[in-house]
Amino acid sequence: MSTSALGAARERFRALAIAILPDVATLDPEGWRALESIVEDALAARPQRVIRQFRLFIRVAASLPILRYGREFGALSPTQRADHLARLENSRLLLIRRGFWGLRTLVYMGYYGQESARWAIGYRADSAGWSALEGGGAAGNAQGEGDGVGGNHG
Amino acid sequence: MGDRSYDVVIVGSGAGGGVVAQRLAALAERGGRILLLEKGARFDEEEFTGHELEMAPALYEDSGGFLTADGTMTLALGRAYGGSTVVYTGTSLVVPERVIRKWGIPGLEHTDVKARTLRYMGENNVHYLDPAEINDNNRLFVEGCRATGYEARQFPVNVKGCRGSSLCNLGCPNAAKQGTHRVQLPRAEAAGVEVVTRAEVRTLSEGALLVEVSERPKGGMGRRGEWEAGTYRVRADHVVLCGGAVGTPALLLRSGFRKTLPRLGEGFTCHPALILVGEHPREITNDVGHPKSYYLDRAEEEGFVLETCMYFPFTTAKNITGFGPEHRAMMRAFPRLQMILVLACDEAEDGNRITVDRAGTPVVHYRFTEEVIARLTRANRAAARIFFGAGAARVHAPLARPHLIERADRDRVGERIHERWFVPGTVTVSAAHPMGGCGMGSGPVESVTDSRGRVHGHPWLRVADASLFPDSLEINPYLTVMAMADRVAQGLLEEVGERFGSVAGGAQHE
Repeated sequence: MSTSALGAARERFRALAIAILPDVATLDPEGWRALESIVEDALAARPQRVIRQFRLFIRVAASLPILRYGREFGALSPTQRADHLARLENSRLLLIRRGFWGLRTLVYMGYYGQESARWAIGYRADSAGWSALEGGGAAGNAQGEGDGVGGNHG
Repeated sequence: MGDRSYDVVIVGSGAGGGVVAQRLAALAERGGRILLLEKGARFDEEEFTGHELEMAPALYEDSGGFLTADGTMTLALGRAYGGSTVVYTGTSLVVPERVIRKWGIPGLEHTDVKARTLRYMGENNVHYLDPAEINDNNRLFVEGCRATGYEARQFPVNVKGCRGSSLCNLGCPNAAKQGTHRVQLPRAEAAGVEVVTRAEVRTLSEGALLVEVSERPKGGMGRRGEWEAGTYRVRADHVVLCGGAVGTPALLLRSGFRKTLPRLGEGFTCHPALILVGEHPREITNDVGHPKSYYLDRAEEEGFVLETCMYFPFTTAKNITGFGPEHRAMMRAFPRLQMILVLACDEAEDGNRITVDRAGTPVVHYRFTEEVIARLTRANRAAARIFFGAGAARVHAPLARPHLIERADRDRVGERIHERWFVPGTVTVSAAHPMGGCGMGSGPVESVTDSRGRVHGHPWLRVADASLFPDSLEINPYLTVMAMADRVAQGLLEEVGERFGSVAGGAQHE
């Protein structure tokens, strides 16, 4: 898989991603590779135009703080970073709001799309359904081995 | 380019296409050549893994994130053998009489739609889940409704052998959901209807369809298409379009039908929806069990419907508005989260429509009207009160700023949640009920088809999907699509049945 979609925007993307989702700050190199691989794959399915727009948005989002703080996003304090992202999220320009929405969506996809993140938040869904729950619970017990009931009660 | 000839070609295999294929199986048994073309792939049971990043790209257009033209709403458009019936939750309702009356379509009676709907309820094993199968997420919704003076109703659902995986929207991993891929299509194929998957119809003209069959992507999911990859010219005496409220208008638009049908693509509605979550002090069963067992119907009184729901980690994260530590904390509370989907009953508006770009790709134009925003706001308030009524410690509401409402503030829900916080592009709005674009009516000036799905001025062409709806349905639509498709198929059988002996019987549903 090509890594061209993020390309030179990678470092800026990482700085923005950490501010959007603090959990990603704890990722090891393998975790980052997995996150970025998911993002790259998602972008690869989109037209080249969208990829260019995404890269441009990363650059704009990371550079805009120069106007207010005199330095790039990566050099801001945590509070300043959060304030800046809130301004992007609530911008008067739909284009900026859309760009931020797309960025956060990709960050969430890259992180929560991973098995480790699903475990970390306690997500338990399983094909086996009720029978996969330890102890089964009332419904699990009612369904015995989990082959369902399926009768017409209605 | 390969050439093939058929008596009838059906485009799409979802709720509409599956029903039409099954009804026309009677023709196939008598030598009729019936072909169904499906753009998506056919999946084997073991491919339904329940992993959202694997299943969403395989089963949905744009992985379920098909964006509207201005990028402020995503549409979930199913794409598979079985269409959207592979990825819905199986909720099965009869359209209210008031909706059909409001539509005012000459020749369309509620009694007829209801009779056909009931037939498919039986065919699809629609029933109420046993109380033992209801999870906490749904029980709390019922309790919260009761505490706030609302009356929750149980959804009848079309499952058989449900194990409660909660993964309905990623395709049931236990073959429990009775979509067209399990009920109508196998019967049609057994009777001789030919089904070709990975087959996209590019253009359509009288007597001919231009079809592109795609390769199975390397490492991708789903079986190979039944025909070799390539371009085909398919000749047909009759064509029935069942590609959904985005696919069908787009096909007709790129085929030039707008010249004679000025309403083509117009009247798009979709029940725009938001997700709210409530955090409870204790863990609840939410990601196990059928996810959508109860609803609150306020369509007639307040213009909204609330439904229980439970989504997957990424989908949930995307739909919880915001970012940073607050967002993270909500996600970390996943085992304690109750979730409600709020849907606005929108109305057909000028400008909300389907067009196609220069490449023929569908473009959905949708503007949120003041009324829709007001309905979503009322729905947000109702959902927040229901969460607190069920004992939630805090609620995350997309139309509140800050988004988190603590329990101590539960009496201020009315002021905390407000229309002014509905900011397109900031709030995550999604829709899974696309409707309209080929609306029924009495003539070509104000509609695209008649009440039997016949396209005005093109007697060889019919539509049998949600694009027929001239306005929103105000309920989950698949059963009404089936009922309408049944009417359309009956009309076609009456027209062509004599050629194949006495198969025209229209009373199959009666």
